[in-house]
Amino acid sequence: MTARRTLPVSLAIGGALVALMTAAALLSLVWTPHPFAAIDVANRFQGPSADHWLGTDQLGRDLVSQLMAGARTSVAIAFVAVVLGGSIGTALGLFASAVGGIVEDAVMRLADFSFAFPALLFAIMLAAVFGPSLTNAIVAIAFINIPVFARVSRAAANQVWTREFTLASQVAGRGGFAITVDHILPNIAAPVIVQATIEFAVAILAEAALSYLGLGVQPPAASWGRMLSEAQTLLYLAPQLAIYPGLCIVAAVLGFNLLGDGLRDITDPRLSRRP
Amino acid sequence: MVLFLAKRTVGLLATLLAVSVVVFLVMNVLPGDPVLVILGIDSTPDAQAALREQLGLNAPLADRYVSWIAGVVQGDFGTSHSFGVPVAGLIAERLPLTLALALSATLLTVILALALGVLAGSNHRKPGDWGVMTLSQLGIAIPAFWLSMLLVLLFAVKLRWLPPGGFPGWGDPAAAARALVLPTVALALVQAAVLARVTRSSMLEVLRLDFTRTALATGLSRGRVLWRHVLPNALVPVVTIVGMQFANVVTGTIVIENVFYLPGLGRLIFQAISNRDLLTVQALVLLFAAIVVTANFVVDILYVLIDPRLRGRLA
Amino acid sequence: MNSSTAIAGSLLGALLLTAFPAWSKTAIVIGMQQEPTTLDPTSDATASIDGMLTHNVFEALTSVTEQGEVVPSLARSWTVSDDGLTYTFDLEQGVTFHDGTSFDAADVKFSFDRAMGADSVNPSKSIFEPIASVTVVDPATVELKLSRPDAFLLFNLAQGDASIVAPESVELAKTAPIGTGPFRYDSWTRGDRLTLARYPEHRNAADVQLEKVTFQFIADPAAASAALLSETLDAYPGFPAPEMMAQFEADDRFAVEIGSTEGEVIMAMNNAKAPFDDVRVRRAISHALDRTAIIDGAMYGQATPIGSFYPPHGKAYVDLTGMYPHDVARAKELLAEAGVAAGTVMTLRVPPFPYATRSAEIIQAQLAAAGLDVKVENVEWGFWLEEIYKNLNYDMTIIAHTSPNDMGNFARGKSYFYGYDNPEFTALWDQIKTEADPEKRDALLKQGQEFLASEAVHGFLFQLPKLGVVRKELSGFWKSSPVLFQPLAQVKWNG
Repeated sequence: MTARRTLPVSLAIGGALVALMTAAALLSLVWTPHPFAAIDVANRFQGPSADHWLGTDQLGRDLVSQLMAGARTSVAIAFVAVVLGGSIGTALGLFASAVGGIVEDAVMRLADFSFAFPALLFAIMLAAVFGPSLTNAIVAIAFINIPVFARVSRAAANQVWTREFTLASQVAGRGGFAITVDHILPNIAAPVIVQATIEFAVAILAEAALSYLGLGVQPPAASWGRMLSEAQTLLYLAPQLAIYPGLCIVAAVLGFNLLGDGLRDITDPRLSRRP
Repeated sequence: MVLFLAKRTVGLLATLLAVSVVVFLVMNVLPGDPVLVILGIDSTPDAQAALREQLGLNAPLADRYVSWIAGVVQGDFGTSHSFGVPVAGLIAERLPLTLALALSATLLTVILALALGVLAGSNHRKPGDWGVMTLSQLGIAIPAFWLSMLLVLLFAVKLRWLPPGGFPGWGDPAAAARALVLPTVALALVQAAVLARVTRSSMLEVLRLDFTRTALATGLSRGRVLWRHVLPNALVPVVTIVGMQFANVVTGTIVIENVFYLPGLGRLIFQAISNRDLLTVQALVLLFAAIVVTANFVVDILYVLIDPRLRGRLA
Repeated sequence: MNSSTAIAGSLLGALLLTAFPAWSKTAIVIGMQQEPTTLDPTSDATASIDGMLTHNVFEALTSVTEQGEVVPSLARSWTVSDDGLTYTFDLEQGVTFHDGTSFDAADVKFSFDRAMGADSVNPSKSIFEPIASVTVVDPATVELKLSRPDAFLLFNLAQGDASIVAPESVELAKTAPIGTGPFRYDSWTRGDRLTLARYPEHRNAADVQLEKVTFQFIADPAAASAALLSETLDAYPGFPAPEMMAQFEADDRFAVEIGSTEGEVIMAMNNAKAPFDDVRVRRAISHALDRTAIIDGAMYGQATPIGSFYPPHGKAYVDLTGMYPHDVARAKELLAEAGVAAGTVMTLRVPPFPYATRSAEIIQAQLAAAGLDVKVENVEWGFWLEEIYKNLNYDMTIIAHTSPNDMGNFARGKSYFYGYDNPEFTALWDQIKTEADPEKRDALLKQGQEFLASEAVHGFLFQLPKLGVVRKELSGFWKSSPVLFQPLAQVKWNG
């Protein structure tokens, strides 16, 4: 099976979508067509025009600007939550794999347990305890990422531990921590990064769902999920408001999923299973 | 096999016990006093104190946990603070709707996924395959609540074929079924997208195996080989995924029931959390966790039963 | 394909026609937004319990008209002693509860003692606070002794909290209530509907046209709207979405009625906390608020602005909306005077009600224009009750006060969530609540409104509207709600 060196289509499309979204998010920090939170009730529910490219929402805010600012929220939350949850989860997985025995069992049982507890319920309760906010949305999403990364990194690490060079290090008397840093970590980077890309997509979906339920970022910060929940009561009056934010979510999630698939194809041809 | 079952059962019970402790603690340290929710903001402090006593909220936390869990073990979930009726009755009243929704969504998932998966798998690298894969990528990326809104927009707002939400009760089965169409579709499409991919790759794997080639070589028609030989063998991973997806669908009803205002368990749990109806929330979270854990348990057992190689390894 | 669809369509139409014969005109289906969890108005504050049951299933000694006037109900008449401390009620005779047991003075004493007792869980226990004793004079006469005069007693006794229940059946009140009203409780399918049936033994049963009343719970405005348009619902007296009124106004099957309620919507400020303990800051914020824009944006124009804490439809109303005209420059000036720097961060914690969440976004922008950095936090109702209401842990919030005669909130001292304590107002309120002469009381109420406005205790926003969508053939629905209940005895199908 020779690895094909051509760039997978999924990688190209995914990369483009992710780049587009990140660019919009970054650009929104310095420029949006209108101030995204500027309210102008007299000009609510406008259709597309030269001034408002996609029109305005129920408070007369410019939709393009809102969507750009929403991209910023999505990217920021997904990034922080995945990095946070991913680091903790990977550390746990590596630790479990290095120590083995009862500890490994315990960590994995804990991971099983957190799968049994519906993530959404966890987030709702978290919001009920601390009030909804950006931070709590991040914590909730990071939390659901921990067991995922713990599993992936442990499985990958267990494989590396059986390889000759780790065994050699062990024989040479090196400690578990040193081996983990020197040998295990670099060798499990690929699957962890692939997983992270896919978890990015999950995190964007989760942020949208939380904001949709009113548990995510609070106004005036923009969020695609919240835009949708506000649009829902206006379905009869202004159906277009329910379309654009959803398209953005789909594009972003699709982008990260395709990018993840593509990366997996490149880094691990065995996993891609393309006969 | 017996040992395996025993080990898994102990694990299942331990998980549920842990869930019960967590949900009890979370609910009881939540800010938000059930008494105030019931009596409102114009009530007097002594009326609040009287109700607190009546609801038994003055006992120490540990005592309350023990008496709650002792009741649960005997099948007594207690009486709901806010509804004033037994929690078990509340759940029994709403379970049929959630179950009907989850089962119909799972069924639709399987039908769609098998059809699409077989179509893609048997047309590998042809337009059919490409189309199904694109659709499934899209399906995975669509948030279920947005899909619900789009369905409402099209079928309820524009075409007025189906109701946008609400549930007329089981008294009129036709109306009840109509009310469940959109929620079922919204739940199933996303899951079907995942399952179709699994079916496809499983099909492709079986297609590469020797017996398939042999069967084709003996002159059997391609369709016959597909349905009689390839599909049954490709179903092993599919079945296990379906088990997990059933769990996903059940928790998915929490959001979908709220989008469509369906009076099932998912809506009840939302309502109970905001009413601080402690016993109801505790019972429901336990129930949802039990469904998820049991589904995983059944999947594990199916895995062993279907795949003899695994059975040998576990013995 | 087209022809087969057409055939299927006409078949379906024929089926529907046979399934629903000619209009019987004695049944009605009413949409409700909120489903209660129990049905006892004397132990649960949920407004929809009163909305469905009070003065329909349950009755009280007195009742209230749409104009807010007190009228007889179970009490045929009453006399009040000159010192205003003794009320003697002459009760209707021959009245029976829906389970057939008879009603007499002992039931009144039972109901009131239950509401006043040490273990009472009545959500409005405070309305019984002035009552010192309840005495059964004879089966048709009951006497209340008060410890102080109470101007609102007769009005308060009409509320669902003062419903007359019987000792024989009170245990059922939460799930299968039994009262003396013109309708008896019939069934309740949780999550879907509650039905009432006409009670033929009621003293006014001959005037009641409706045989069957169905309340259907539809919280989603889109679903409610669809149900009205498809004629599944006959009326939705408290429609939740002001933005949808236009489509019903354009539809000649419906009468759209926009009335008033007792709900004053305020942007409450925590007066116990700096900088809101400074009247200049509160005035600055009042100047920064633009009520017209808030009402346009959040309520689609369907609400009346208020300048103080009293409903515009009330007899003693004074229009004080001009006291703090929208003036950003003045707001900034006052803030500077009070030493509040531009960019000061404040939180606005908002409960999950559409009027509140929608207003919050606009207020956030308006206060930003005056140089305040307002963080909006949408919180859950349980969280709101705990953190804002109980612990006073907030800067600003938005809430509707839906009880009638609730100006006394401002006399509840520092521990009430306003954090407002002003001996001058407390003295004024003591006078108001014990003043028996209606005209003098109205004059005092006007004084109260002016006092609260000049103190700018809160940002006074608007009166919550009652948005009613009712089939044109129906009459007897209240346009406005001076109370939480809606009597259905006089609702009729015409033509």
